[in-house]
Amino acid sequence: MTRVLRRCALISAVLLSFSIAAANLETYQFDDPAKEALFRELIDELRCPKCQNQSIADSDAPLAKDLRDRTYAMVQAGASKRDVIEYMVTRYGDFAYYQPPVQTSTLVLWVLPSAVVVIGALVIVVSVRRRQTQVDDEQLTAEEQARLDALRKQD
Amino acid sequence: MTEGRAMRIAILAIPLVIFIVLVGFLLRGLFSDPTELSSALVGKPVPEFVLPDIYQPETLHDQSVLTGQVVLLNVWATWCPTCRAEHEYLNQLAAKGVAIIGLNYKDDSRAKAVNWLNTLGDPYQLNLFDEMGSVALDFGVYGAPETFLIDADGVVHYRHVGDVNERVWAGELGQRYRALVEAQSGGAS
Repeated sequence: MTRVLRRCALISAVLLSFSIAAANLETYQFDDPAKEALFRELIDELRCPKCQNQSIADSDAPLAKDLRDRTYAMVQAGASKRDVIEYMVTRYGDFAYYQPPVQTSTLVLWVLPSAVVVIGALVIVVSVRRRQTQVDDEQLTAEEQARLDALRKQD
Repeated sequence: MTEGRAMRIAILAIPLVIFIVLVGFLLRGLFSDPTELSSALVGKPVPEFVLPDIYQPETLHDQSVLTGQVVLLNVWATWCPTCRAEHEYLNQLAAKGVAIIGLNYKDDSRAKAVNWLNTLGDPYQLNLFDEMGSVALDFGVYGAPETFLIDADGVVHYRHVGDVNERVWAGELGQRYRALVEAQSGGAS
C-alpha cells in the first residue's frame, strides 16, 4: 500500500515539474498554429544572453522573459524567422543565436568535428590495410609449404 | 633508414603537438570570463529612442543627448546591488569632469530611483527613465550595471559590463575614454 502511495507521489511530482516548465509559455496565446510553431522554434534556438547556455525558452531570467515577449510580439506582427533572429543578433551579437554563422573566428567550430571524423576514418583505413598486407606476408612460399608438409607427415 | 626513422618520430610527435595546442586553448578558456560579451553595437551609432527624464516625466529626450561630447552611458537600477557599489566612484568621475548620462533600467518605481539619486548623489548630466527596458534591449543590455563609451558623433566605442571602479578606470574603459577625449580635443583645436 505504502509502495503504491509512494509511486503515486513520485509520478505526480514528475508531472508537476512538467507543468511548471510549461507555465513559462502558457501566457502566450496564438490564433494561428503556424505562428505558434514558429514562436516555439525561435525561443528554443535563441540563446539567453544573461545565462550560460540556456535558450530563452528554458530560462527564468527576467531578460529571457523580455526577449520571449519581444519574439511573441514580432511573430504576431507577422515577422519571419530570419527577421527575429536578425533583430536579436544586431542587438546581442552572434551569441544570441545557437547557430553561429560561418566566419573566420567560428571556422574551427564548423570544421573540427568533421575533420576529426575524416582523420579517424583515414587512420582506421590505413591501419586495416597495413594489417592486411601483414597477413599477406604470412603466406608461405612453396619451399616453406613443402617443409611444413614434411614435418606434419613425421607426426 | 634514417629517413624512415625521422618519419616515425614525426608521426609520433603529432599527438603531442595536438595535445599542446589543446592545452593552450583550454588554458586560455580558463582565464576568460564567459559572462562578458562584446557589444554588437561597437562601431555603430546609438539606436534611436525617445525616453522621459527621470525627474520630469513630461520632458522627453532622444538619442541626440548622447552626441556632442565623449560620454559614458551608465545603465543602472535601484534593484541592482553592484550599481550601488559603483555609485560613489561615478560621483568621483563626475566631479573630475567626466560626462555621464544615466539609463535607468526597469526600476521598481520612479520614486525609488529619484530617492536613490537624492540620497547617494547624482553624478549624471541627465537620466533617462526606461521603465519597460525596451531601449535597453535596443542597446543589447543584458544586465546592470553596464557602461557604454560613446564619442561626440554618437558612435559606440566600447561596452563595460560590471561596476566601474578605480581598477576599471585605469584599465581598458578609462584608457579608451582618455584616448577619445584627447583625439577629440586635438581635432577641435
